[in-house]
Amino acid sequence: MDAVSLIITLVKIIFIMFGVLVFGAAITVYAERRISAFVQNRYGPNRVGPAGIIQPFADVIKLLMKEDIVPKAANRFIHDLAPIISIVIALTTFAVIPFGNEIEIFGRKVKLLIADIDIGLLFLLAFTSIGVYGISLAGWSSNNKYSLLGGLRSSAQLISYELSLGLSIIGILMISGTLRLDQIVIQQTEYWWGIIPKWNIFLQPLGFVIFLITAFAETNRLPFDLPEAEPELVGGYHTEYTGMKFGLFFLAEYANVITSSAVTITLFFGGWHVPFAENLDISPVFLSVLQVFTFFIKVILFVIFFIIVRWTIPRFRYDQLMKLLWKVMLPVAIMNILVTGIIILIVN
Amino acid sequence: MEQPRKIIRKENLNIWQRMYVPEILKGIKLTLSQIFKPRFTIQFPEERFKPDGSFRGRPVLVTENGIERCVACGLCSRVCPSLAIEVQASETELPKERYPIKFEINMVRCIFCGFCEEVCPEEAIVMSNEYLLAFTSQEEAIFGKEKLLKSTDELKERLEYLRMFR
Repeated sequence: MDAVSLIITLVKIIFIMFGVLVFGAAITVYAERRISAFVQNRYGPNRVGPAGIIQPFADVIKLLMKEDIVPKAANRFIHDLAPIISIVIALTTFAVIPFGNEIEIFGRKVKLLIADIDIGLLFLLAFTSIGVYGISLAGWSSNNKYSLLGGLRSSAQLISYELSLGLSIIGILMISGTLRLDQIVIQQTEYWWGIIPKWNIFLQPLGFVIFLITAFAETNRLPFDLPEAEPELVGGYHTEYTGMKFGLFFLAEYANVITSSAVTITLFFGGWHVPFAENLDISPVFLSVLQVFTFFIKVILFVIFFIIVRWTIPRFRYDQLMKLLWKVMLPVAIMNILVTGIIILIVN
Repeated sequence: MEQPRKIIRKENLNIWQRMYVPEILKGIKLTLSQIFKPRFTIQFPEERFKPDGSFRGRPVLVTENGIERCVACGLCSRVCPSLAIEVQASETELPKERYPIKFEINMVRCIFCGFCEEVCPEEAIVMSNEYLLAFTSQEEAIFGKEKLLKSTDELKERLEYLRMFR
């Protein structure tokens, strides 16, 4: 690897990590507070800066200045480690997601994703599964019964949803025949009869629904936020956390929301693909910029969808969650694979 | 007496409702429709709530042509449950013969019950529509005559309300 490509990679990392994930998570927190307020006929934060847009940054400053309290009986090392695991995993998973097509700058081809690896999708599944360690360890190390319950729930939930999540993606793998996310997106840029873009949502509607529901479970958001469950478990796994350590969990949750949205879009909504844009008579560089822009517009729409769903659906009870994931999602996911396989066999 | 039902659960759901997803979409539609509804919050420092005549704000003394109606009978002071009012009477050349030389209401003590207004035979003390009462010291909270006097024009709404409903 020569120096120029190293610099390009660094620029991409900084753009994704700070520009998209950290900054994006802050804006998502703000968006969540505003949208939840609108849903409940309130105004929400509107004092700090124009329309309250600086509120999340003020909150971060507040969190940084707070005292770091560790319970006496807690395991100090793991107590410190848990939020680090959460945030590192949340910031890493975006690495394999292509946010734009290959572009040519000064005769050098640049792929718009950080880690161009063959097993992108597997990497994604593996890393999102590690994320639960942060929550479980936080719950255990706090030495608090509510935290421990939150951590336990998180692990049990992971085992339940990961199966359906993996199986819902297999349908796409069977169609595309590759684990490279950039290839999956490129395959989606074609058209049927020149009208309908070949997005995977039209091929795998059932897989999409299962993936979406499990994505909600993965981000620990409201229909499935049992690890937090503030009415039952005080605050769940982050009960004993203060200051920026709590802030890191918070940031990780919202970074995960952004990543989940990006994965959903990459797999089912054609990633950076702008329908019919390649037929327009515009320069390739401008087209690439448009594609990157469209990718983030799609991500924003999906994040808003995540927020709206949170303020619509009440939390599942624990047995209901288990019933839904094991007795409904799993058989449906397997059936989806079966049907997809039969159709592929017939078509070929 | 009817036995309380133990299981609160609708049993007669059809398959469409059991599928969750359509019902969730219905819920999302409701949530989205709420976003565009008007909000009732008053943005306080910029916008102020304007109470109407029935509001019991801080008690004030009514003046007509610059002279207070009060004849310093002391009934308000007598009826005040929290002993917030202090009146000292004196004589005057005017036809009403008596006037309060000193009239103090301790706003820290006042509970805005409106008894003083109710008992007053001259309609001289009424509740205004002012509600912004914040003090930095106990002394500041004692309102003398200079802060209490208000003309009938300023208190028009309250006086009309009293005339109609008392």
